[in-house]
Amino acid sequence: MAKVLMKGNEALAEGAIRAGCRHFFGYPITPQSELAAYMAKRMPKIGGTYLQAESEVSAINMVYGASAAGVRVMTSSSSPGVSLKGEGISYLIGADLPCLIVNVERSGPGLGGIQPSQGDYWMSTRATGHGDGHVLVLAPNSVQEMADFAAKAFELGDRFRMPAMILADGLLGQMMEPVELPEELDLADLPEKPWALTGTKLEREHHIANSLAMEPQDLEDMVLSRRERYRLIKATEQKCEQIMVDDAEVVVVAFGAASRIALSAVNAAREQGIKAGLIRPITLWPYPVDAVKAAAQHAKAFLSVEFSTGQMVEDVRLAVNGKCPVNFFGHTGGIVPDPSEALEAIKLSLERADSGEDFEILPFESKLGLDGSFGKPQAYAERTA
Amino acid sequence: MATFDKQKYLYKRPHALADVVTNYCPGCTHGIVQRLVCEVLDELDIEGDTIGVCPVGCSVTAYDFYNCDMAQAAHGRAPAVATGIKRALPDKVVFTYQGDGDFASIGTAESIHIAARGEKVTTIFINNAIYGMTGGQMAPTSLPGQVTQTSPYGRDVAYSGYPIRVCEMMQSLDGVAFMERVTVDTPSHIRKAKKAIKKAFQYQLEGLGFSLIEVVATCPTNWGMTPQAAFKWMEENMIPYYPLGNFVDVKAEATEEAK
Amino acid sequence: MAKVSVSSVFCKGCGLCVDACPETIMALDMETITDHGYHPAVCIDNDKCTGCISCATICPDVAITIER
Repeated sequence: MAKVLMKGNEALAEGAIRAGCRHFFGYPITPQSELAAYMAKRMPKIGGTYLQAESEVSAINMVYGASAAGVRVMTSSSSPGVSLKGEGISYLIGADLPCLIVNVERSGPGLGGIQPSQGDYWMSTRATGHGDGHVLVLAPNSVQEMADFAAKAFELGDRFRMPAMILADGLLGQMMEPVELPEELDLADLPEKPWALTGTKLEREHHIANSLAMEPQDLEDMVLSRRERYRLIKATEQKCEQIMVDDAEVVVVAFGAASRIALSAVNAAREQGIKAGLIRPITLWPYPVDAVKAAAQHAKAFLSVEFSTGQMVEDVRLAVNGKCPVNFFGHTGGIVPDPSEALEAIKLSLERADSGEDFEILPFESKLGLDGSFGKPQAYAERTA
Repeated sequence: MATFDKQKYLYKRPHALADVVTNYCPGCTHGIVQRLVCEVLDELDIEGDTIGVCPVGCSVTAYDFYNCDMAQAAHGRAPAVATGIKRALPDKVVFTYQGDGDFASIGTAESIHIAARGEKVTTIFINNAIYGMTGGQMAPTSLPGQVTQTSPYGRDVAYSGYPIRVCEMMQSLDGVAFMERVTVDTPSHIRKAKKAIKKAFQYQLEGLGFSLIEVVATCPTNWGMTPQAAFKWMEENMIPYYPLGNFVDVKAEATEEAK
Repeated sequence: MAKVSVSSVFCKGCGLCVDACPETIMALDMETITDHGYHPAVCIDNDKCTGCISCATICPDVAITIER
């Protein structure tokens, strides 16, 4: 298949269409708008729905309706918009309705900025909304994966009857790379949805899409049955990419665009004789705990590299369970870290591996300032005294 | 036709209405309106192709009261859920059944935009000037001076604003094909209300746009009155503020222009 | 002449049918209490019933069935 030069946002949209998605409900927000614009161009030509809702709150509830009607449906937004969708996502979880939700993250909190970020990691993997419940979370790190992951998200969502989220960021959404577009799925091959609201035709009992249960035991049963599904997903659907991890002393963990920066740093470290490796989570929920646990048998230290003040690092710490230090390095505010900064953090991780203590590096000014004060709180105090 | 055997019965429970005792209080108008919707689904023979959307409010568990497929929507979002269903299944009949808090407070944006889009959906909007399910709080349609849990000294418009006349507000939206405000306090009013509900569904079937029936209704329990006294209070206080009548009828207007 | 029957399962004793009946032949049966704890409505004189179905028209709980 020939490669096409495409923007991440558009590649994702095309990937979703080729995965049989014919219904898109969205709302404009940077840095995801190209995805919606692409859908606005394509959907009318293929008998699909492109509808710009009056708000992200409405959009996610339109997704709820279309999903209940049994079709593959998606919405896309960016951080503040996904916050607005929180309640709707909780309803989708509670009514066991599959759909695709795309978050092309921007820096926060609040209006924050429009530069790339991974600051919604917790929101996506811990609590997209209220109550017990999860969504599947996939994290692409290239335009190719932006195109490929929609099909995977829909397939998992339909199989486990739950929402699936693609967590990208402004960098992946807006950059262009050559991509081989996935196969077009035949709509006839989409999975059956016998539970859908399609009209009883007076020939069957009515179907209900609902998350309410006034009887506590009924609700507990609903939630626990979902939890069983989550246990199965955690056992069978963990996915990550591992590079040079087998003999690594410092294992870097990074996803999405941050993983590409981390890989540059790992390669640079290897050139300087440092045994570094990279675990790149592809599913953020279920988190690839097994891979991290395995690496923890031989690693001296872990380093989580993120576009945030450190969120995924806690999942790494949970998996490593105190065997060795799990450090953090990252920028926030939309600043994309430099591989050389990550390299310094790798070196420090090795240097301080025996201390048994985790450290976190959040460089307060962009220049590298590698005078040893890199990240030491008291040094910062002296420097600014 | 799924209606009852006219030779044997003068009246019988509609087929579209499930054989379930509702959670509505004695004398609550929800029960009347819900029955009218079911009678219309029977008479238009569309129960098998209909999907209803119920809100958060006293009718939140209405998914157990209708025999057609039902979706329960987040508070205020029934119009969005209905839009999603209708866009996914354009040949199905879709209706929402919502209270005043749902339709004229938290879901106002959804209400205005489903109408502006002319979505081919029918909405039954129950205006009883109070939040019933949560125990009688002030609603966007509570009248000036009306005492509720959250306007204990009577609604003070200088403090908490004026009640919203939804039909008058939405009359300017071109997507509306049929909009009428009715009530259900007497058999004759009920027959008129049913006629309006039936027309609303017919305009949807003909793809003419969005149809809205606003029902001026009562909440005996939270108004602290008997069902009979509630109808009296409604007639004396609510009807003057929310005048009954048709606000939009694209077919009537079309024939008018044709003349 | 019609036969009005009120279901004790659905009737909540709200009395709206009593007021609506033009022949004033609907009443709440104060001698009986339904399983839900209500005094059910009852037609006290079927012969006088004209079959206008006003009672069924206003019944919020669709408890009234009227046979020819």
